[in-house]
Amino acid sequence: MGTESRAGVWVRTIIIALGGVVFLFPFVWMISTSLTTTGELFKLPPQLIPNPVDTSAYERLFTQVPILRWVLNSVGIALSVTLLQVLSSAMAAYAFTRLNFRGRNAIFVLFLATLMVPFQVMIVPLFIELRYMGLLDSYAGLIIPEMAMPFGVFLLRQAFMGLPRELEEAAFVDGAGHVRVFFTLVLPLSKPAVATVAVFSFMGSWNNFLWPLIVINSPELMTLPLGLSSLSSRFVTDWNLLLGGATISVLPIVAVFLFAQRYVLQGVAMSGLKG
Amino acid sequence: MVGDRGWRKVGLVALFLFPALIPLVVFRLFPMVASLGVSLTEWNLLRPPVFVGIENYANVLTDPKFHKALTNTLYYMVGYLPLVLIGALTIAVLLNSRLKGSTFFRGIYFLPVVTSWVVVALLWKWLLSPEGGIVNFLLGLVGIDGPGWWTDPNWAMPSIIIASVWKDLGFNMLILLAGLQGIPQHLYEAATIDGASKWQKLRYVTLPLLTPSILFAMILAMIGAFQVFDQVWVMTEGGPAGATTVVMEQVVKNAFRYGLMGEASAMSWVLFAIILLFTVFQLRFQRRWVHYGD
Repeated sequence: MGTESRAGVWVRTIIIALGGVVFLFPFVWMISTSLTTTGELFKLPPQLIPNPVDTSAYERLFTQVPILRWVLNSVGIALSVTLLQVLSSAMAAYAFTRLNFRGRNAIFVLFLATLMVPFQVMIVPLFIELRYMGLLDSYAGLIIPEMAMPFGVFLLRQAFMGLPRELEEAAFVDGAGHVRVFFTLVLPLSKPAVATVAVFSFMGSWNNFLWPLIVINSPELMTLPLGLSSLSSRFVTDWNLLLGGATISVLPIVAVFLFAQRYVLQGVAMSGLKG
Repeated sequence: MVGDRGWRKVGLVALFLFPALIPLVVFRLFPMVASLGVSLTEWNLLRPPVFVGIENYANVLTDPKFHKALTNTLYYMVGYLPLVLIGALTIAVLLNSRLKGSTFFRGIYFLPVVTSWVVVALLWKWLLSPEGGIVNFLLGLVGIDGPGWWTDPNWAMPSIIIASVWKDLGFNMLILLAGLQGIPQHLYEAATIDGASKWQKLRYVTLPLLTPSILFAMILAMIGAFQVFDQVWVMTEGGPAGATTVVMEQVVKNAFRYGLMGEASAMSWVLFAIILLFTVFQLRFQRRWVHYGD
């Protein structure tokens, strides 16, 4: 309508930008601190651009701490969990939307029910269960219990229900089975929903703290969040080293986010389910 | 009769359903049910469990440490909820209006959401550090003598609240933004024709129609606040002097430091019951303020 003043647009932009600076600044400060020498850390006034720029915190991280191992652990575990969760959720969603069987709705309600109950109610027995299975302090202990993702099942079921059936029916007429229809038609046609579930799954696993904290003891099996928190009690005021580690652990997830922003935002908007 | 085709169908359903259903039953449903059983025992994992009835529940409910943890959890929630919701609402309304670079800013505000709690906690511990922390330096520039933040029992919980609001604001903003985008444009046009001012539109169109999204964000934020753990564990570990001890931290310490599996399970059920109570209360109370339909 054009009645809105251009000044109004600018005022709002400036307010949002100021807030944005406040939100972004901690990240900038994190990187800046990680590149500061230990001697300069507590000097006043603090320098936004460290002088001299110093990478010794990173050198110490890579020599005194198994951080590379933690990065690889986190990557490997997050990728395994993502693959398993996406595949198992998609297959279950296919069963719920394309196969007719008795108790279909009741079983789906079971999946929804576990979404309602917080994880904290299960951690003690889950820990005991894993102890009996001999999976404590192992990669398997971090991956296998995470195989089911009720939220993913829920989201993909919605997506599969929305797909047109004509192509599938044509494929069945041509003699294709359910497995082929699932892999060559339903899955590729639902790419945005699958991507959303994958991104959520990856972020959830990458940032998970409570479960690794309980399951893992050996430093060489730790994931990044767990390793980082173990550093904070070992290197109490080595802020350049601690924030160097934080920077290393933030970069991959920020990359994933920037690359897949659309799917992340869409996923939150669609359901708003956390964790 | 289950014929050859019948068994093939059973096999097909099993093939598609079991990869998710079996882990769900084994690693979610079973522990959930077992947790009730464990909560009725005394069990340190070294000796076989001993059935003690509701003793653990009685212990939890009369334990001064639990009372302190629950009080602190509520303190956290009372500080965190209004800040994160009002902040998110303000940013969402601004981002939803005509603005330069709104996609870019939306990304910026969302960045802390994808960052892990451990990083957020370490980062804010440094920003709020009484020695060398940038926040106290900036406060000093405007003549304020900054507090000891997480080292001071009076300021430790506010420190955790600040870090948590920074981390979660973008998530709530996105839920509210989705709600805002669902408000039909014609209502604003009608309000314009009726001569409504910008504030009147916000007050009588936007806010009432956004109440379902606000309720949704509020319930999620509340459930999350009751389970606050990661940031507390990394920033203060419940200290100093128990000033930030919270319920989940007590559950973890009881179970995995003191080997009190039964008491920890009982405590987690008490917490779940409290969460449920608050959620039901909110859903009841919503009729007074949440607006449905158009």
